[in-house]
Amino acid sequence: MKNHVMIEAREVVTRFGKHVIHDGVSFKIHKGEIFGLLGGSGSGKTTLLREMIMLQKTSAGQMLVLGTNVMTTSTKMAQKLRQKWGVLFQFGALFTSLTILENVAIAMKEYTNLPDWLIEQSALMKLSMVGLPPKVAHMYPSELSGGMKKRAGLARALALDPKLLFLDEPTSGLDPQSARAFDELIITLRDTLGITVIMVTHDKDTIENVLDRFIILGHKKVQFEGNIELLRQTTDDELKKFLS
Amino acid sequence: MKKIPSLHVTQTKEGFSITLQGAWVKESIQKLELALNALTCKPKMNYTFDLSGITEFDTHGIMLILHHVKKLEAQQCSITRVGANESLEKLLNICEQHYPQEKIVEKKEMFLLSYLENIGKDIFEGYKTLSSFFAFTGELTHYVIAAFLKPLTIRLKATLYHIEQSGAGAIPIILLTSFLIGIVIAYQGATQLEKFGANIFIVEMVTISAVRELAPLLTAIVVAGRSSSAYTAQIGVMKITDEVDAMSAMGFSPWNFLVLPRLFALILSLPLLVFFADVVSVFGGMVIAATKLDVSFVEFIDRIKQTVALKHLIIGLIKAPIFGCIIATIGCFRGFQIDSSTESVGKYTTISVVNAIFWVIAIDAVISVLLTEMGL
Repeated sequence: MKNHVMIEAREVVTRFGKHVIHDGVSFKIHKGEIFGLLGGSGSGKTTLLREMIMLQKTSAGQMLVLGTNVMTTSTKMAQKLRQKWGVLFQFGALFTSLTILENVAIAMKEYTNLPDWLIEQSALMKLSMVGLPPKVAHMYPSELSGGMKKRAGLARALALDPKLLFLDEPTSGLDPQSARAFDELIITLRDTLGITVIMVTHDKDTIENVLDRFIILGHKKVQFEGNIELLRQTTDDELKKFLS
Repeated sequence: MKKIPSLHVTQTKEGFSITLQGAWVKESIQKLELALNALTCKPKMNYTFDLSGITEFDTHGIMLILHHVKKLEAQQCSITRVGANESLEKLLNICEQHYPQEKIVEKKEMFLLSYLENIGKDIFEGYKTLSSFFAFTGELTHYVIAAFLKPLTIRLKATLYHIEQSGAGAIPIILLTSFLIGIVIAYQGATQLEKFGANIFIVEMVTISAVRELAPLLTAIVVAGRSSSAYTAQIGVMKITDEVDAMSAMGFSPWNFLVLPRLFALILSLPLLVFFADVVSVFGGMVIAATKLDVSFVEFIDRIKQTVALKHLIIGLIKAPIFGCIIATIGCFRGFQIDSSTESVGKYTTISVVNAIFWVIAIDAVISVLLTEMGL
């Protein structure tokens, strides 16, 4: 099962009007990998991530997530698929009308038949796992700092023990110490729960220490695919910018 | 093959041995919880959890196990875990480490006490809103005077933009509603006046009521519904996205950039809108007068010249900028009250429209009584 493909992009093309973002992007993400989407601003990293989680449509090509083509799948299948992944948005995107605990618990309440006490305990445990003190559980998102919102967002993404975890710039806006703790947490989650992690990141420490494999997007194509060792051997100046 | 999740309890010499098998995942928890609840809990015994049969697990399953382990530990039983594979052991340890220590219970208060507390809170909130509204209008006056002293600081382009959006954009709906109101007054009046054969008085009836009261009021209500909500939402969202703070930090006064253009736009455009509304509502009355009461257009206009004083039109037009001022002030004030939650956008937008319409009607009533008492 080592090379079990979780996500596969085949010649993905994305256009906004006349503006072409991706022109034939292909890659594979394997089970248990921590996979990075890298690239300069405007290279379409986040767009690619949004296409994987069905928030955006590709103009051409195929995007296979867990073996399902997300472009052509039925609504019912899509809904099933959505329960198999967790997404952390760049700024947390917590529901402002719910408390932090309710934010984490809502997916469990809607999609499982777990008893209420277990939902509450699980939600509290996930909050603790992402490093939030228990006292924030009954606070509202507006009372939290940016970094704490991000952690709460991660706890919400982990609520259903997803197979896939999508992270949009998880360490941006965190202090260096929290950022490294975040990195470690992601590795631990991968090791224990067997989660496959797909993240958009700029953080050079994360690139070096966390990512198993990554692609670098540029000029509408995949410029590089591989791991950090492979990148170190490159002579391309543009790719070298991603090394610290 | 997936094993059916189950647990078996056997009694040994030292205590109990519990064998867990199958998938301990969120889908199977309901069943497992029943089985675990049936587990009799005898104090000061040894319990051995054999985890080697577990094929699949997630945090919820582990949570369930831990919950019962803690329950047994509270009874001073000694617990041993055996047979967990590496990744299960790892996750178990993490979960145990982060197991919620104590339940955080939200304070529950007595009904009467919380009822009284809410009344107090509401009164205090009202007081706070009132005082901040006074502060707002005070500051607004300051900036309006400052703007008149230095007219070049007035943002002409923004003002024109808001005149277009809030003024010109409202013309179609205002024309339609005023025309209909003219018809309604004339129609209801016509049936009454016909009984007395006083057909010609339809002219005074329609013209005075429309021009002096109804057209200005209706226009103000339509503009309040359109623009005060828009102003609140625009400023509120700018606050949420920190745009207002960014402006202040860059030295662009939000008053000059956001509030004054909106205020001036409504003060300028409402009289014009009211004039349109006057014309169209009187025309609506004329149409009914001609078809129902045989008062021709020419007769109607002649009669207006003879009997309807110009003061009625002027009073109506003077009220218009006052209404505009109320609407813009309330719209902007409520916008600045919006804080970081998306919910407050909806809340304050609603409040803004309700407030604006209420105060337009209230001030209109005050002016109406005052002017009539003054003999105007």
